[in-house]
Order: sequence, then C-alpha cells, then structure tokens
Amino acid sequence: MIPGSFDYHRPRTLNEAVGLLADHAGDAFILAGGHSLIPMMKLRMATPEHLIDIQDIGELTGINVAGGTIEIGAAVTQAALISSAALADACPILRETSLQIADPQIRNVGTIGGNVANGDPGNDMPAVMQALDAEYLLHGGGGERTVKARDFYEAAYFTARDESEILTSIRIPVPAQGHGYSYQKQKRKIGDYATAAAAVILSVSNGNCTAASIALTNVADTPLWAQAASDALVGTDLGAAAVTAAVDAARAITDPASDGRGPSEYRTHVAGIMVKRAIEAAHERAA
Amino acid sequence: MASISMTVNGREVSGDAEDRTLLVEFLRNNLGLTGTHVGCDTSQCGACVVHVDGEAVKSCTMLAAQAAGSAVTTIEGLAAGGELHPVQKAFHENHGLQCGFCTPGMIMAATDMIRRHGASLDEKTVREELEGNICRCTGYHNIVKSILAAANEMGGAQQAAE
Ligand SMILES: Cc1cc2nc3c(=O)[nH]c(=O)nc-3n(C[C@H](O)[C@H](O)[C@H](O)COP(=O)(O)OP(=O)(O)OC[C@H]3O[C@@H](n4cnc5c(N)ncnc54)[C@H](O)[C@@H]3O)c2cc1C
Ligand code: FES
Ligand code: FES
Repeated sequence: MIPGSFDYHRPRTLNEAVGLLADHAGDAFILAGGHSLIPMMKLRMATPEHLIDIQDIGELTGINVAGGTIEIGAAVTQAALISSAALADACPILRETSLQIADPQIRNVGTIGGNVANGDPGNDMPAVMQALDAEYLLHGGGGERTVKARDFYEAAYFTARDESEILTSIRIPVPAQGHGYSYQKQKRKIGDYATAAAAVILSVSNGNCTAASIALTNVADTPLWAQAASDALVGTDLGAAAVTAAVDAARAITDPASDGRGPSEYRTHVAGIMVKRAIEAAHERAA
Repeated sequence: MASISMTVNGREVSGDAEDRTLLVEFLRNNLGLTGTHVGCDTSQCGACVVHVDGEAVKSCTMLAAQAAGSAVTTIEGLAAGGELHPVQKAFHENHGLQCGFCTPGMIMAATDMIRRHGASLDEKTVREELEGNICRCTGYHNIVKSILAAANEMGGAQQAAE
C-alpha cells in the first residue's frame, strides 16, 4: 500500500520545524522513525498533507545523565536506548522495555519521542514514563513548557500536546540507587503489542518497601499510573498479602477493550498477572 | 515529484519520485533492484530489509525521501568481484533457503547482526535477532545454522587479520 499524497519537509533546526508546523497548522505531522505513522498513513487512518521529518535536527538527539536527571532527546532510537551504558547503569528498565518493543530493524528507527507522543495505548514507553514520573518538554511557537507523563494522555491518540508543538526531550528523575525494576509484557507473538503489561519501580530498605510506582500498558484507552496499587506496597514487606492488595488495586482501574487480543475480562486477568510478576522481579532485583 | 538522490551499493543514484514513494519502491521501480522483496508490506516479515547508513531497516516502512542523502546497501551490493559474500555463501552451503523469497531480507538482517555481535554470536542471540524476519519454508533451523557458520568464518577472518 502507498500512503496518500503529502509534501515532505526536512528542516535543519528546531525553529524551522516549529515554523513549518505553524505554517501548516492542523495539516502537518512530525515524522520521526515513521514506524507508527507510515503504517497508519498506508491504512488512511492518518492523512497528513505535510510531513516534517526531524532526522536532521541535532538538538533532538543525545542522552544525558547529570545532576539527578536523565534527559533523552525525542529522536533517540530504541536501539540507542538499548546500547547506552549510562542508561543501563542509571535506569535499566528503559533497556528492558526497549528490548520488548517490535524487532531489531524497527528498533533501529523507532524513536522514544514517537513512542510517547503517538498516543496509542499499545505503546510500551508511556506507562514506563508514568512509573518513572517522567516529564515531556514541548516546544511550540509560544515557547517551551513541560507536561508530566502522568498528565499527558487523554484518550487513544489524544494527548496534551498541541498540534503546533514538538516534543523535544524527556526528563526522568534518576531512580534511587539500588532500586528494583521490571517491565513484564504478555504478547500473542514476537513483535506484537501487549495484551497487557506492567511497569514496576520500587525501593526496599531493611526488608521494607519504602517507595513504589506501578503503571499499566494497553488495558485502557490511555496508559494508567496505578497510584492505589503503588501505595498498597509502601510500608509492607512485599509479602503475599501486599502483592495481592496491589494486584487487586491495579485490576480495579483497568478497562480494556475486547478485541483480537482477547475479551476484556481476560486482559484484566493478564494485567493482574503482569503486575504480580513485575513486583516479584523488582523485589528480587532491589538491593 | 521531487528528485531523490542517494548512494546505493556505492553508486550515486537519483530518480524522480513522489514524496510518498517508499524506499522499497524506489529501489525496485526506479532503480530496478528487485532483490529487495515486499512480503507483508506492514513491517513484520523482513523481506524488505536493507541497510541505511549501516543499519538494518525495513524499507517498506521508510520513505525514499527519508533515505535521501544516505548510503543504502541492498542484497545486490553484497557480492564483491563475482565472489559471494560469506553470508550468502553460508546460506548456499547450509541449505539456508528453499523458495528464497525471504532470503534477501534474512541475509541483510544477518550481516547486520554479525557486524554488531561478531564471532561471539550464539544460537539464542541469532534466534532473538531474527524476531523481525519470517520464513514460510525452512523452519529457521538452517537459517540459524547458516548465520552461525558465517559469523564463525567472518569472526575468524577478522581475528586472523588482527
Ligand atoms: C510491526 C510493528 C510492531 C511494533 N510493536 C510495538 C510494540 O510492541 N510496542 C511499542 O511500543 N511500539 C511498537 N511499534 C511502534 C514502534 O515502536 C514505533 O516506532 C513507535 O511507536 C513510534 O516511533 P516513531 O519514531 O516510529 O514515530 P512516528 O511513527 O514517526 O510518529 C508517531 C506519532 O508521533 C508523532 N511524533 C513523533 N515524534 C514526535 C515529536 N518529537 N514531537 C511531536 N510528535 C511526534 C508523529 O507525528 C506521529 O503522530 C511497532 C511498530 C511496528 C511497525
Ligand atoms: S515487506 Fe517490509 S517487513 Fe514485510
Ligand atoms: S525460503 Fe521460502 S520463505 Fe524463506
């Protein structure tokens, strides 16, 4: 299939890109890796008149870990996340999650910015960003602003990003030294989107959980930060009773569609299992 | 219509194509390089894998315009001076293909994974790395065998050179 017609632009600077978005208000889409957008254009689920390719904009690349903050440029690919030694050290859940996205060739082009800006509830990074309490930097004609990942997602393909804004980078507070982490994803086959998935970040001190954050992928029309489930773990020994309480609280907020990945009840059930496995794996890894 | 220029298999090429032209169509229709195949057209099967600036990508899901100015390598660019590339030779010797439809993409994915892992490639890694390549015929067994044999030979040759 061939996408519908459009005009292709390849700006060299962020300002030029923002200008193009403003000139073609409403009719222009950012093109990053294209591995969500081009398939949607082939199916005529997206019909932009202008595509603004951001590959030449140097300001959007780079991974920086400094002063307790991780900053990742929007155009950083999933392959670059996987091979970054700095990230493997500071925030290993990013590598663990990236390796569960699609396949090696897609990870060579798919970007973190595209993954979180897309708004497809099946994308894996948004829930991880919510678990990590990341924020997104958005750059538009009116200047720059930040939106927390936990506030960004409104409905499937609807986000807090204005269509005149470019997501330039993602800022993540470096998780506590010795934190435990896990991203558990159930999929029907290799390269598939999640039937349900869960991200868990937690800290343990003297056998007690001192902090926890849980988020869910593809079990509602947005990613879900599971605050009550997270709270159910804090102050406990992460024993069976605490895990069950967190699983129940996480299941309670799901509202999955019944589709090719299974009926709604089944996907809620799988979400509970993913939460349980992710808590257990994170607990085991916590130092 | 725009004129799109890139380097393909070491040669400067250009062609007129609409902005919506996919890289795989540009290679096949504009340049006549039909070794790159289209299987699924939905970035799942890997029949269309080529290298863009040294990285394996699915050319059914990339615009030709995105690759403008880049260096592209297709299956036609692997053999040098009439000699099969070691990965091609290994597929030939290990019966790594039956109908051959998936083979160009398999070989382009394989050369990329050998470049990244070298002689340390093991069977588990090869199988994981083949996530994005589907073969309807072989059952993968001989494909994995071919890639391991090539990695061995290429890794060994590299060490001998050092
Ligand atoms: C076969 C297949 C399997 C896949 N499986 C998974 C999976 O399991 N999990 C998963 O998470 N993803 C999966 N993906 C999607 C893949 O990870 C995409 O690459 C990713 O979702 C989007 O990144 P991209 O850079 O390709 O974005 P694009 O496709 O270029 O863009 C996606 C959307 O985001 C917008 N956008 C992109 N960058 C910006 C920016 N900087 N600022 C503002 N808007 C922007 C675009 O306008 C577009 O609307 C799969 C894709 C394929 C083809
Ligand atoms: S044709 Fe491109 S992945 Fe199948
Ligand atoms: S050899 Fe026939 S599809 Fe692989």
